[in-house]
Amino acid sequence: MKELFGIMLAALLTDNFVLSKFMGICPFLGVSKKASSSLGMGAAVTFVMVCAAIVTYPIYHFILLPMEITYLRTIAFILIIALFVQLVEIILKKVLPPLYNALGVYLPLITTNCAVLGLTILNIDNEYSFGKSIVNAFFSGLGFLMVLLIFSGIRSRVEEADVPETFKGVPATLIAAAILSLSFLGFSGLGN
Amino acid sequence: MSNLKEFTKGLIKENPTLVGLLGMCPTLAVTTTASNGLGMGLATTFVLIGSNIVISLLKNVIPKSVKLPCYIVIIAGFVTLIEMLMKGYIPALYKSLGTFLSLITVNCIILGRAEVFASKNKVVPSIMDALGMGLGFTLALTLMASVREIFGAGSLFGREIPYIQNMTVFILPAGGFFVLGCIIAFINKLSNKKPPENIGCSNCPSNGSCSSCSSKGGN
Repeated sequence: MKELFGIMLAALLTDNFVLSKFMGICPFLGVSKKASSSLGMGAAVTFVMVCAAIVTYPIYHFILLPMEITYLRTIAFILIIALFVQLVEIILKKVLPPLYNALGVYLPLITTNCAVLGLTILNIDNEYSFGKSIVNAFFSGLGFLMVLLIFSGIRSRVEEADVPETFKGVPATLIAAAILSLSFLGFSGLGN
Repeated sequence: MSNLKEFTKGLIKENPTLVGLLGMCPTLAVTTTASNGLGMGLATTFVLIGSNIVISLLKNVIPKSVKLPCYIVIIAGFVTLIEMLMKGYIPALYKSLGTFLSLITVNCIILGRAEVFASKNKVVPSIMDALGMGLGFTLALTLMASVREIFGAGSLFGREIPYIQNMTVFILPAGGFFVLGCIIAFINKLSNKKPPENIGCSNCPSNGSCSSCSSKGGN
């Protein structure tokens, strides 16, 4: 239990995917303009992360490992994720149209989001069990959602602010992200 | 002559990282020391050249409806190759790059060049394009990593530089965002052009095919 709680805290705050692992920076900078789209993207990423963790665990441990072809994991995982994103899109469209309307537009972007592939690889590298993988996936996704949501608030202020001409746009956004990342540094050591 | 142009455009004018704002994740994550940045850049260049050659050779074979999965598998194949080579010959670099070596697969520069260039051009221009873009990426990564290493650790490529006080914050994640922001601002100042308004769909390889962009008019 204590260990699960540690994983949870690390995924949410101390080892946050965006601010300390630098995964999923493209959606972080691209989609975080409005709170509503941050929420949609974050929810879609969380959903796909959990699904990817559930699917890749048995594939690695029951197929790649016994056959000693673990070096194929990058190819296998990215194919599974691409396939899965497509599958989720089709199923959601048929079964849950309201959820599809909310998340649908973000799904194709997730295939090439390094956060999802990164998570599945980190789960294997850290030798997490099945349960821990899922907890890690869920809270990493939540951490991603949280940072996107916080940053969309900051960004609306930055856009109004009077910054020097050369720093307008992306540079100002990046420096705001630096300050946010610095404040998340305050959480380090919390897991111990 | 035109091949030379394909090569040089990626270095500065259309630099994928500093002008195109692609591949931000590795740019921020592995640039804590100059040798990491250089290693990551060269590994990405290798994958880019390989995938551009194969994709431009197969451009008439790959069906349009499944081109993205096909590209990803080709790219992932080359990534696996460089992973094994690096593990065998440069284990120290392999260890310090860690997960990000596998994540070259989803680096949008590679998928972007495959989609924009290699799938429409012959082999030789594709190689030149890959070489230029790859070296441009390497240049940007090495520049950023050098700045971070000089200020953060007081050294360059592991060699100590006298008279510099360490500011550890430059090596921390926050320093990565800060240095990148400053470098992009500096490039804007030098080229005297209006800074890019936003990151995203115009440079994204799935622009057009992806519903997120078309529904929101490319924002």
